[in-house]
Amino acid sequence: MARILKKRSLTPITSLFVVESPLIARNAQPGQFVMVRINERGERIPVTFTDYDVGEGTVTVVVQEVGKTTRMFSSLDEGDEILDFVGPLGCPAPLLEQGHVVLLGGGFGAAAILTLARELHSGGVEVSSIVGARSKDLLILDDEVGAVSDHLYVCTDDGSSGFHGFVTTQLKQLIDQGNRFDEAFTIGPVAMMRALAETTRPYGLKTQVSMDPIMVDGTGMCGACRITVDDELRFACVDGPFFDAHKVNFAEAIVRSKMYAEEEQLSLSLDKAGG
Amino acid sequence: MGVPIRDFIKLIAEGKPLEAVRRIKEVNSLPAVCGRVCPQEHQCELHCVVNGKREPVSIGALERFAADYELAHDSVALISGNTAPISNGATPSRNGSKPSHDLRDSKADGQKVAVVGTGPASLTVAGDLARLGYQVTLFEALHASGGVLMYGIPEFRLPKTIVAAEIDKLKLQGVELRNNIVIGKTITIDQLMNEMGYGAVFVGSGAGSPKFMGIPGENFKGVYSANEFLTRVNLMRANRFPEYDTPMKMGGRMAVIGAGDTAMDVVRTAIRVGAREASVVYRRSDKEMTARIEDYRDAEEEGAVFEWQTNPVRILGNEDGFVYAMECVRMELGEPDESGRRRPTPIPDSLFIMELDMVVMALGTNANPTVGQSTPGLTTNVAGHIVVDPETGATTRRGVFAGGEVTTGSATVILAAGAGKRAAAAIDEYLRIESRSTTVSAVQ
Repeated sequence: MARILKKRSLTPITSLFVVESPLIARNAQPGQFVMVRINERGERIPVTFTDYDVGEGTVTVVVQEVGKTTRMFSSLDEGDEILDFVGPLGCPAPLLEQGHVVLLGGGFGAAAILTLARELHSGGVEVSSIVGARSKDLLILDDEVGAVSDHLYVCTDDGSSGFHGFVTTQLKQLIDQGNRFDEAFTIGPVAMMRALAETTRPYGLKTQVSMDPIMVDGTGMCGACRITVDDELRFACVDGPFFDAHKVNFAEAIVRSKMYAEEEQLSLSLDKAGG
Repeated sequence: MGVPIRDFIKLIAEGKPLEAVRRIKEVNSLPAVCGRVCPQEHQCELHCVVNGKREPVSIGALERFAADYELAHDSVALISGNTAPISNGATPSRNGSKPSHDLRDSKADGQKVAVVGTGPASLTVAGDLARLGYQVTLFEALHASGGVLMYGIPEFRLPKTIVAAEIDKLKLQGVELRNNIVIGKTITIDQLMNEMGYGAVFVGSGAGSPKFMGIPGENFKGVYSANEFLTRVNLMRANRFPEYDTPMKMGGRMAVIGAGDTAMDVVRTAIRVGAREASVVYRRSDKEMTARIEDYRDAEEEGAVFEWQTNPVRILGNEDGFVYAMECVRMELGEPDESGRRRPTPIPDSLFIMELDMVVMALGTNANPTVGQSTPGLTTNVAGHIVVDPETGATTRRGVFAGGEVTTGSATVILAAGAGKRAAAAIDEYLRIESRSTTVSAVQ
């Protein structure tokens, strides 16, 4: 059981939770995730954490409502307990120790690049962060990310704030303007990560993506999270979640991510009807 | 294993099932589990002295009877936790092992031992050390305790009430259970020993990631590992979706690849959750299969179809990425290979198509890397398994012991329980020597 100490609504569908979890906070490193189960009948889902604080003994996660489980999570309040909260899982992001790194966060991923930005920034690496959302009111944690970045670029699909367009288009423009990056990291929806891989491939910019496939145990036991990287079988939960974007088979990953689309829809509609 | 078979059967025959179970528990702490799930026809009934003259004695069923009798009748033993005589010897003599120390040992009292995982090896270690007076903590990565006994072996073969009873017994013995903690991630072995005061650690974290065949199409939707399939049903109750939230595709035509115990568990589970057709596909013949005969017969009776000497070459998927068929080749068996089993080779021009909605790979598992990678000084072998002294379970790291599948790869419950038994004795001996040397150095 892990108690929710603080809840903050970021957008109508996105909430931030500060969760009491001193053990996880202690060993947490940027880019890792937790497995979460909300109640006895719940499923286990992976959630990349947004932040952690060893002193406070807390782990912060941002949850965007997409299905039944994230909807149930979002309905929890300060003082409520999360039944199972396990981590830190996966390998830490393989961050550079010098140079200039560009971080891209789309949607809920904008929150998840925060730990990467802080770690790089405090280690003296130059950090450019590009965060995006469909519109201005859906942007999340851009101030927090900006505070630990040397350069912050905000993008919206509708142009209501910052650059009018996708985060990948903004990156392409920056590269074309002569900005030099040593590596790109991204956390976000799989379609965005694939788009990034194709954006950086012609430039030969090394790109790492945080893969977020369906998982059951999250500790390397079940094999549900398998993906193909460089024609080899890899498990995102223990070999990842970060992989070389130019070697990931995204077409397969996207198909696999929709394995239970029908069941997820059914669960969600039953939940809405019941709630 | 050294289970005193003749002794315990004699005690049952004399109408003393409680004494019989005590005798078994000198060597095997989990008879109610082993009696149900272990391949007695390979491990003991094969060697039965009446075998050949007539059917061998049903040793497994007798073991199960004695253990169940105890669970049902010996409430005193359950409450006191003292269900077996104290023994730290791995190989008790025919005359019964001699207790080497008392139940409440002042040296053991208060000393902390961490046990990683809650499968059969770990439960055995925890029980034995708790009986000797150690303060034992069981760390489990999942929300349910019992390891493979919970997520892997299905209810119809091993009722979860049996597992729960074993765990309740440990709680009554003062064993602490901490779930949702992944040792090597949430807490490292170094942190357990250097900061949390554990004098010794036993690693029984089980097998690692599942093996796949490496054939085309294995990532189509509807292809599962046995671990995933069984975990979804046993642990997450996917068969009761949408009442439970974890989904699974069920009800179609399925095949499991492999013919070990796990493959039988999968095919029998699939039939129970509504598979329209369920097949077992195995590249060798029924003579080489490693599953228990009893489970094989049950699976056949329940309607599983066996495709012997058949090997998948590729899995076919539709435009949405779902499995619709599997192409297989028939095999012939040649000379015995290094495993002693006849080597299968494809028969030319024997390709054929099986129409399927689900394929489950029950091919065993790779090494579990989590503890090895996060523990300096712990040596693993080329396969990735933790290297141990087979007599004691001692690893290359002082104070760290290991046993079960994390050291051997896929094996059986009784082998894991046996490793746990030996490791518990070795940990006791190690901590005794440690506490003595600490006392000596404190005096100096």
